[in-house]
Amino acid sequence: MKEIVVISGKGGTGKTSITAAFAVLAGSDIVLADCDVDAADMHLLMKPDFAQKETFYSGETARIIQNNCTSCGKCLEVCRFNAISIIHDQYIVNPLSCEGCGYCARVCPTETIVNEIPKIGEWYISKTRTQGTMVHAKLNIGADNSGKLVAKVKNEARQITENLGKEIILIDGSPGIGCPVVSSLSGASFVVLVTEPTVSGLHDLIRVCQLIKNFNLPAGCMINKSDINPQKSKEIMAFLNENNIPLITELPYNEQFSAAMTMGKTIVEIEDKQLSELIAKAWNTITNKYV
Amino acid sequence: MRIAFTAKGTGWDSPMDPRFGRTAFFLVYDEEKDELIHSDNSAIEGAAHGAGPVAAQKLFELKATVLITGNGPGGNAASILEKTGIKTFVGAGEMNVKQAYEAYKNNELSEFK
Amino acid sequence: MKISIASGKGGTGKTTLSTNLSAYLTEKSTVVLADLDVEEPNSGLFIQGKLVNTEDKYKMIPEWKEEACTLCGLCQEVCNFNAVIRLGTQIMVFPQLCHSCYACSELCQSSSLPMISQKIGQISHYKRGKLDFVESRLDVGEEQAVPLISQTIKYIDQHFSQTRFKIFDAPPGTSCPVIEATKDSDFIILVTEPTPFGLHDLKLAVETMRSLNKAFAVVINRYGIGNDEVLEYCQNEKKRLLAKIPNSRRIAELYSRGELVFNQIPEMAQALKDIEDYLLKLSAKVLS
Repeated sequence: MKEIVVISGKGGTGKTSITAAFAVLAGSDIVLADCDVDAADMHLLMKPDFAQKETFYSGETARIIQNNCTSCGKCLEVCRFNAISIIHDQYIVNPLSCEGCGYCARVCPTETIVNEIPKIGEWYISKTRTQGTMVHAKLNIGADNSGKLVAKVKNEARQITENLGKEIILIDGSPGIGCPVVSSLSGASFVVLVTEPTVSGLHDLIRVCQLIKNFNLPAGCMINKSDINPQKSKEIMAFLNENNIPLITELPYNEQFSAAMTMGKTIVEIEDKQLSELIAKAWNTITNKYV
Repeated sequence: MRIAFTAKGTGWDSPMDPRFGRTAFFLVYDEEKDELIHSDNSAIEGAAHGAGPVAAQKLFELKATVLITGNGPGGNAASILEKTGIKTFVGAGEMNVKQAYEAYKNNELSEFK
Repeated sequence: MKISIASGKGGTGKTTLSTNLSAYLTEKSTVVLADLDVEEPNSGLFIQGKLVNTEDKYKMIPEWKEEACTLCGLCQEVCNFNAVIRLGTQIMVFPQLCHSCYACSELCQSSSLPMISQKIGQISHYKRGKLDFVESRLDVGEEQAVPLISQTIKYIDQHFSQTRFKIFDAPPGTSCPVIEATKDSDFIILVTEPTPFGLHDLKLAVETMRSLNKAFAVVINRYGIGNDEVLEYCQNEKKRLLAKIPNSRRIAELYSRGELVFNQIPEMAQALKDIEDYLLKLSAKVLS
């Protein structure tokens, strides 16, 4: 089983559009996993049916049971996160500020504070409009994106891939350089980096490549909108060269990207053939040469 | 030598689990006694934070001297493994446990530092 | 007045708007811009000024003192983040996992885990013309953005109490960092694109701001691509639309080079003027 993970560091580079296009090309040959769970949006292109839905719980949040509270104030005293306040003479936990350290519950003399495992989101197993299998999730507002929901999505995708006897999992990874992206990358066979030739694109590419290096993962890069700043594209290629990361393809600036999205389609399903040929070639290169 | 593996199952023919902290099982093979034991890691697998260090602590308690895994541990876990002198070998994520052991014996795996 | 510029997702034009709006507002008002996207701070690529001050920022973590420790293991038991681990005859602390709750330190019977400070990032304060710019950067490998974000806001509170507009470039998403960045703002500007992705992200951002009970308005970036769904959503839901920034390859090119665009693109200047008019009225109300 091979895992192809698409990441970008910076948002707005076209990562999700490109991943969805790969998924359409591969159809039912692969299992698709959307690990970009904080404001996930690949479902807008793949139209999954949300056939199977599970609730996801993680972390801890304190809750004060009012009846037993003696208003001693110990909890307020030890909380370092300003999560406990007195409203109408009652001690109340603000769940958005509570980090779930559990300290208040430990010092409460009447054992009136309970730690509850909050619901932080949902995850789904679906059939997409192109008859592929997709595992995806939705993180709740204000939830702690610790990487655990990402790990769950990946695990389910692995299980399904094995059960269906498929060879490849295609993963839309998380942005940034924190815990969720580390979770997305764990177990990767090949990493596809999507970037754009902008000062911020290069800046974030360099940060994310440090991570890839730490994990010793093979990677290749796609430069989107490469003609928008040919000078910056050259700088990116020089950076890739130095770090032995092959360039998979360059995509030109093309407004068909958003035109396709508006129709709920991927860029390989529209009339304009410029992008779709490049994407198809890139997918061939990735699956035949690198994985 | 007590050699630990990250694995998806409990036997020699089980596939390796490429992950360290959130691996399904740890298997430990005691070369002197020729004995393979396993330890369920599901409690740690569910931890929101710090699965790596707790898993490394467990390996220490299992008295492992060598760890064979897929991708390698993260920074926190690596510092425990270093402190406890557990040598780590990576790149066995696609094998089964038996193959991973043989690859280790034939010096085909790279050491994680 | 504190104004956060946020979006449900990255890449919608948050940084473009923050940097251009801040520079534009300095013509009439005193302004400080703070980049609170501490994992990937990009505003500084567009605003290169003179460095006036830098400060290292810290969080508190426990440090093990061997002498009096009885190895009772209570510290490990009370840590909900697996940041303190007993390994044979020693206690190990993992700074990146520590949330600075103090439980292990204060509950330790032998006072063997005093809290010490640990660097997590840096705040840099620049001056570019009349604009003050504060960048906050999390060290690579450090996982928690929230403590650094709250300290950056504290820095702004201390140094800019008299400044009229405090603009925050918020981190993307809907999870903890964006909540921390926006929770004490007076007003939120949500940036989106007129596409299905943009509409979806806008709805999430609206939901986030509702959970915080915040007043907000919408700016549409790259107006002209996609469809009218975002526009219709704003109308139907009675969300104030502050401005539309037109789609233009020229803006994308200037952005790619790290340049500000408002003095080169008249439509951008017009959009910023619309926003300024509204903010001036709003701040008069807030101040009175």
